Parts: sequence; structure tokens; C-alpha cells
Amino acid sequence: MAKETPTKNLSGFNIKPCYGPEDISQLDYRNDLGQPGKYPFTRGVHKTMYLGRPWTIRQLGSLDSPSTANERILQLIQMGATGVSICFDLPTIMGRDSDDPLARGEVGSCGGVAIDSLSDMRSLLKDIPLEEISINFVSNSQSSVILAMFAAVAQERGTPLQVLTGTMQNDILKEYQAQKSYYFPPRPSMRVSMDTVRFCTEHLPLFNPISISGYHIASAGATPVQELAFTLANGFTYVEEGVKAGLSVDNFAPRLSFFFKVNNDFFENIAKYRAARRIWARTLRHKYGAKDPRSWRFRVHTQTSGSSLTAQQPEKNIMRVTLQALSAVLAGTQSLHTNSFDEGISIPTPRSEKLALRTQQIIAHESGVINTIDPLAGSYYVEALTDRMEAECNRYFEEIEGLGGVIPAIETGFFQRAIADSAYRYQREIEEKKRIIVGLNEFVEEGNAPIDVRRPDPAFEEEKVASLVSLKRDRDQGLVKTCLNEITEVIKGPDNVMSALIKAVKAQITLGEIIGAMKEVFGEYREESIY
Amino acid sequence: MSNRPDINEMVQRLFSGDRRAAARLITWVEDGMEETHEVMRQIYPRTGKAIILGITGSGGAGKSTLADHLIRKLREQDKTVGVGLVDPSSPFSGGAFLGDRIRLQSHSQDAGVYIRSMASRGYLGGLSRATYDVIRIIEAMGADVIIVETLGAGQDEIDVIHIAHTCLLVVTPGMGDDIQAMKAGIMEIADIIVLNKADLEGTNACLRHLQSTLAAASFKEGKWVPRVIPTVSVGGKPQDIQGIDELTSAIEEHQDHLQKTNSVDQIKFERVEHELGLIFKDQLQKLIFKGLKGTGKKKKYINNIIQGKNDPYSVVEEVLKTYVRTKE
Amino acid sequence: MVEMKKKKIKVLVTKVGLDGHDRGVKVVASLLKEAGMEVIYLGMFQTPGGIVKAAIDEDVDVIGVSYLSGEHLVFTPKIVTEMKKNHLDDVLLVAGGTFPVEDIPTLEEMGIHKVFRAGSLTDTIVQYIRQNVKR
Repeated sequence: MAKETPTKNLSGFNIKPCYGPEDISQLDYRNDLGQPGKYPFTRGVHKTMYLGRPWTIRQLGSLDSPSTANERILQLIQMGATGVSICFDLPTIMGRDSDDPLARGEVGSCGGVAIDSLSDMRSLLKDIPLEEISINFVSNSQSSVILAMFAAVAQERGTPLQVLTGTMQNDILKEYQAQKSYYFPPRPSMRVSMDTVRFCTEHLPLFNPISISGYHIASAGATPVQELAFTLANGFTYVEEGVKAGLSVDNFAPRLSFFFKVNNDFFENIAKYRAARRIWARTLRHKYGAKDPRSWRFRVHTQTSGSSLTAQQPEKNIMRVTLQALSAVLAGTQSLHTNSFDEGISIPTPRSEKLALRTQQIIAHESGVINTIDPLAGSYYVEALTDRMEAECNRYFEEIEGLGGVIPAIETGFFQRAIADSAYRYQREIEEKKRIIVGLNEFVEEGNAPIDVRRPDPAFEEEKVASLVSLKRDRDQGLVKTCLNEITEVIKGPDNVMSALIKAVKAQITLGEIIGAMKEVFGEYREESIY
Repeated sequence: MSNRPDINEMVQRLFSGDRRAAARLITWVEDGMEETHEVMRQIYPRTGKAIILGITGSGGAGKSTLADHLIRKLREQDKTVGVGLVDPSSPFSGGAFLGDRIRLQSHSQDAGVYIRSMASRGYLGGLSRATYDVIRIIEAMGADVIIVETLGAGQDEIDVIHIAHTCLLVVTPGMGDDIQAMKAGIMEIADIIVLNKADLEGTNACLRHLQSTLAAASFKEGKWVPRVIPTVSVGGKPQDIQGIDELTSAIEEHQDHLQKTNSVDQIKFERVEHELGLIFKDQLQKLIFKGLKGTGKKKKYINNIIQGKNDPYSVVEEVLKTYVRTKE
Repeated sequence: MVEMKKKKIKVLVTKVGLDGHDRGVKVVASLLKEAGMEVIYLGMFQTPGGIVKAAIDEDVDVIGVSYLSGEHLVFTPKIVTEMKKNHLDDVLLVAGGTFPVEDIPTLEEMGIHKVFRAGSLTDTIVQYIRQNVKR
């Protein structure tokens, strides 16, 4: 069946059948592109890009218990991973201990690790050379406590905090917009988040305290241009909040990093990254007055699209991931996570995880695409698309500003509604076959080949709860009380809560207890339902 | 529809407080089943005592979160509460997205609270015709207070005033223009004007505006003068929530006022009059269309009107003469 | 109330547990509305008991639960137990989301009438509901 080429890309832009010099006649090489590693960084944030050093292959390494997660991480390092990402189980993400009634049945879920106390963090990080391996904590609302535990473990081991590298996702704005794991209302959450930024700026200068994430915004259904615009708007909000918290832009902006998702549309994705670098550089320099060129650089981690993977004919996802990974590399990402092909079905198996990692190595070492920097620069299509992305993005910025900024726009449900509308439109396009997904709405095959499935060990939850109960029983209860009181007192005032948190985790106070105490002061957030 | 339902049994279950029976009976009403007439006949004598609060206002004003707080207050007084949440049906598909229940989460496990979402199914004014019957069913199950929430202010027909004893109109500071536009109707709709989201910018200006509008209006001696109550219905902590006690007192004051001035009877009179009108409309239409069925006259009338040979008024007059007056 | 009104199908759609990924459940809710159904949207973070109470109050024909993170085997038996306790034997229970093929028979044994895996087209869901509502 002949299928017309879609005339619109995922962002809804009309795509011409052919592009030529007239489409980039306004383009000024020095102002709009610049040499790689030079302002406005459209061609990449580093002078040598992958010539100097390929991107960081950063795979997720986690599994239910802290000790199995630790084994998995050590294996990944053995296989050649230069950084690891750690994700958490749902109760941890939601700030609840394993023994919380609402956590029952979900401990160790989502392939994430359950962290209740400092002893969990100790087993998670056992034998990992913290001074060499950069660790990406996929942690958001719980970040202040996770950071306190991370710092406490380093201190116990005698590793100076100054050498710690890695990233805390710690992007709470997108939680309200898209991922929906929040505890407090947006403003107190922002304050806690800024405490961690201040703490890192002072004590962990090599650590990225926030990774501003479009990934979840896109996964919730945003189009590529919405992902771009909303993520950058969030980034600018963190810059403004940091300044409000008393930091100077050049103090912390160089350590802000980003996290994007690769969309199915190959070139649209590349244009998104190039526009992001240009907008970030221009805005930081001109609007926020950043002087340090490092503040202008949009550094980004990328993950291929989990939501583009289908449960139908799952092996085909290997090809999807490969194309997406290639798109991310051509877009100039700093690090990359490739999804495992079976994620549309369940939590990945070791075999599928290894295949995903090898995919990156094939691109890096066999394809030759990294032999020259930004090979697509000057492409009529890519440059025209990059310009269009930037223009549309500015339109969104105006709209958000009109609503009073990102937080007020969250409170009125602007993002949530825009994202839900896009998700709905996309699904309609699939249903009406305006967009073809192979194996899903076209070239469908009956039946599914069985594939290996990894399951959490049911005994794990019982063990985890039992050990937590004894931990809570055997600690110095008086100290627990004092530490929790100190936390609630500190957060009522302007002082940084981080040192009180480090003290508390060392007293074996758990994540759930700390968050619970903070909720008493800050209150709990319930979203206005948006549809 | 399987076997014929046992009406008597359903009504008995309803009287014993069985929420499944209530829920099913409401579905009968919504679906316009014949059996509902008999059901209503049986339960009517048992109803009419519950206090009915209407909450209206445009989308996003915070009606449901306010209802959530009012329910909490009422439950503290040990009153049982029924809630009807009315949302519009899609004019295209006839489907509806009913999402207000989420905002009443805190009562989701309370056996003393019955919550029902309803699609307006094409009726104007934000309330479906079925609402009258639905309220009576909820009351017959044992609810002391019934809250009816509806999208509606600003539309031509505002049914909620025909149903509620005390009617709350919810506005927000951002709605200056809307308030201006409905200035004329505002007094008739609301016994209490709730200025919600009173922590937003523009609250004071809006408050002044509402008060001066009220001051400019003249109320007859002894007539209820609408109150304006600023509230904040959304917030993470209990101390963020404001004005709920004041709102509750204003509702109580209005109820007292109705008692003192014997207006309850007046309201009941008007309510039944309106209800009667609606039932007449429904039944008469049904009767007449039934009478015309198979005679081919309906089609002829319509075609005559289209071709300009006749007009709807004359047709109705003629039909009424034939089918109604002759029966006198 | 004159013409024979076609009975409206009422569907309760919800998520259960701590997972906040609500994209799928929202899209399905909108598409069911487009198909002419009355959709009661309960959103995220629901408990089995709360879901069933809502289903009773709203007298729904269908309960639709969206799963993502492997919680389907944990919550399904709890929802089914609550439904049985309240004699909701005329309510259809369907589930959608991400899970392994071999879990489908397990879920059906547990009491889910029909499982739709991620990627199912709405039309399939609508047709199934229309043909299988129990009253």
C-alpha cells in the first residue's frame, strides 16, 4: 500500500518536499552556528566533540535490593560503562519507606532500587570507585535526602566531596508538569531543590546538582518542540531561583545539565538539540548576564525513547533504538542511554541490557559518524528546522511569561493540559493511520514470540521490610527525635537544610521519616485535575 | 435489559440506605426508564427535608475543592452528605468526561458520603432534567444535605437556582470580565458569592468590585442580601485553606434567614412549580408525539413549516386543541 | 424522555498504587468519551477499596485499570477481592498497559475480563466494551 509521506513532523510543522539555499538565506555562520565549542554552540559544546572523547555510555544499573543493584553496577563498569545511572523503586521515588502501608507490593518495582536508609546507600555504592565513576541519580523529589546519603557515604569512606562527579536529576518542575511524583507544593519543593544546589556549589563543585529533564515531558506526550520549550523554560526558572537564593549565575549555571529524549523523527530530533544549545547560550549570556562561557553551554544526557518501543514484535525495537541512538549522536549528545528492546513488555533482562550497550559501541567504533564534528551543519533542511524550532520555542516562552512564569503556569495547569492534548492528538494520528508504527497499526503480525522476562523476587520485599523494622528499632531514638526536630525548624527559616539532613541520615533516620517531617511543614501537593 | 427489575425491592433497599440500590436507581432515572415514575411515586413522600446546596461557577473556579471542604465540615457535624457533580456531555459524541470526583478524594472511603457524577446529556443550564429525581433518590437513601455542583454561571439558563435552597456562585480574581458580564444576573443566581483563590493577585480589587456592585443594587427590606466570602480552597497545608468557616457560617445564616422569613416554603413552592413544569413539558411532549405516531401528521406538520405553509405556533395550537383541550 | 434513549455505557478509568504515569489512562479516557461513553476519571494514586466504592456510587458498567510498572500482579487480586465482596458481578473489569504476554492468562485467571497491552488501538477497546457490557 502506498503511503503518502507525512507532511507534518511530530511537532506539527509542515515539512517541504525539498529544501534549498532559500531556506537558510538568513543564516549567519558566525552568529547562528559558530565553530564547535564556540558561542552560540549550535554545532556542539566542545571544540573537539567526539574526536577528543566519545560520549559517555551511561546505562541504567539498578535492581530491587541495594546489594544486587551494586553487583549490576560493578558488572556494567566491567563491560566498559564509564558512568552509571541509578534509578529507584516507586516507594523511594514517592518518599515512602519500604514498610509504609502504601508501599506494600511495590518495593523494588520499576527495576529501581529501594533506598530507605544510609545502610542501603552504603551497600549500593560498595566498591564503586566514587572518584572515577560518575553516578547519575535518577532522583527527583527525594534528591535532598539521596544527596545527603551520598555525601555521608563519601565522608565515611574518606573520599573528599570535591572529587565526586555525577548528576542528581533533582528536576522538580517537570514532576508537576509530567511525571507526577511530587510531595510538597511547587514553591517549597523549589526551595529544597535550591538548598541542594547551594550545597553542591559549595562542597561538590564537580557534581551536577540538577539535570533539567525533557525526557519525562516528552514521555507524557509532549511534542519535540514542547519538550524543548518547556525544558528550557524550566532551566531558566532554576537559573532565576538560584540567583534569588543568593548565588551568582556563573557560580552554578556551568553545572546545570539537561536530559533529552530522542524522538522517532530523526532530523527533527537533531534540530531540537541544535536549537536548544543556541537558545540556552543566547539567553544565559544576554538575559541572565552570564560571563563564564561554561555557563552558556547546554550539556545534555540522552535516552532513547522508551515509549516508542512496542510490545508487539519486540525485536524490532532494537532497530528503533539504533536509529534513535544515531540521531542523538549526530545531534551532539554528551552521554547516552540506549533502551533495551524488551522495555515495552517488562523490566529489561541482562541480555537485552547488554545488547543495548553494544549498540552504542557499534555506532562509536564502526559507523564512522564520529570522525568529523557536527556533520549535518549546513544542511538546508536541518538548519531550516533548527530555526523553526527556535522560533516556535520563543512563542511558548512568551505564552508562559504571560501566565506569570513556570510555577504559576503549573498551578493553572497550562503544561499538563498542553501535554495531554498532544498525547491525545498523537494517539488519534496512530488510530487514523496518519502515522505508521510498524507492527502496531501497519504490518501487524498475529501472535507474539515469547521473550525472557525478568521478575522481582517476591521474597525481597519481606526481607527489606524486616531489616528496616529492626533498623528502626535498634537506633538511638532520642537522637532521631532531635534530628527530625532540627529539620523541621531549619525548613521554617531560610537556612540550608542539607547539613541537618546529613546529620539525620547518619543517625539512621529514613527517607520516609524525613519526607514525612518535611510534609508537616510544607504540606502535601494535590494536583488540579487537568483534562 | 434483562428481566424486569423489582421496583418495590429496589425502593426498600434504597430506604434501608443501600448505596448500590441508590446508584442503580439513579441510572434508571438517567436512562429515562419507565420504571422511574413508579419509583418516584413511592419515594416522593419520604423526601423534601434535605438541605440542598447549589454550587455553580465556571470551570477552574474551584467548585469541587470547595465542595470537598464543605463536605468535611458537614461530616464534622455528623451529617450525611450526598453530592451530585454535573458536567456537560459532548454535543458531538454524546460521551462525557467526568473528572470532578478526583477532587473529592478525601471522602473516597467515607460511608457517610455518596458521590455521583452525572453528564448533562444535552440539557442547557448545566443541570440535567434528571437532577430533581436524582436528588430525591439520594435523600431517600438518607442524606441530610445534598450538594449539587454544576458548570453554569454565564449561561442563559441557570437551573441550579430552581433546585437549591442556598446557592453558591464561585468566582475567582482572574475573572473580572466575566463578573462584569454577568453583573445583571449575579444577584438572582447567588445567595453567597464565593471569591475563591483569594490568595491570587487582584483579589482586593475584585472584592471591592463585587461589594460595590452589591451595594449599588437595591434589596427590599428584609430580603437576603448576598454575601461575598473570600476563600482559598487549594493548599498543601491546612493553614493554607482559608474562609471555609466563614463560608459555612454564611450558609447557616442564609438557612436561618430562610427559616425566619418563612421563605423555605416559598422556595419549595417555586421549586415544585418549576419541577412540575418540567415534568409537564416532558410528559405532554411524550403524549402528543405518541398520539401523532403512525398518523403521518408529524411529518406533514414539519414539512408544512419548512415550506412556509404553516408556522410552528399555529401547528402547536392546532395540535393542543385536538389532543389536550378535547380531553377536558 | 420520549425517544428510546440508547443506554449510555459508563466506564471508570483509573490508576492504582504509587505510579504516576497517567498519559495512557488520560488518552484512553478521552477516546472513550469520543466513542460516546461516559467516562468517570479517577486519576492516579488510587486504592483498590476506593476504586470499588467509586464504581458502586457511579453504577458503572466497566472498570478500566492502567498499569505500567509491574504492579498488575499485586493490585489485580486486591481489586477483584473488593469487587467480589461488594457483589459487583455485573461490572466488566479490563486492564491496559505494559506487561509480559505470559501474564495475560494469569491476569485473566485472577478475574480481569480482558487485557489490552500497550499499543492496542482504541477501536479494539471500544468494540470489546460495547459487545461485552453485562447489562
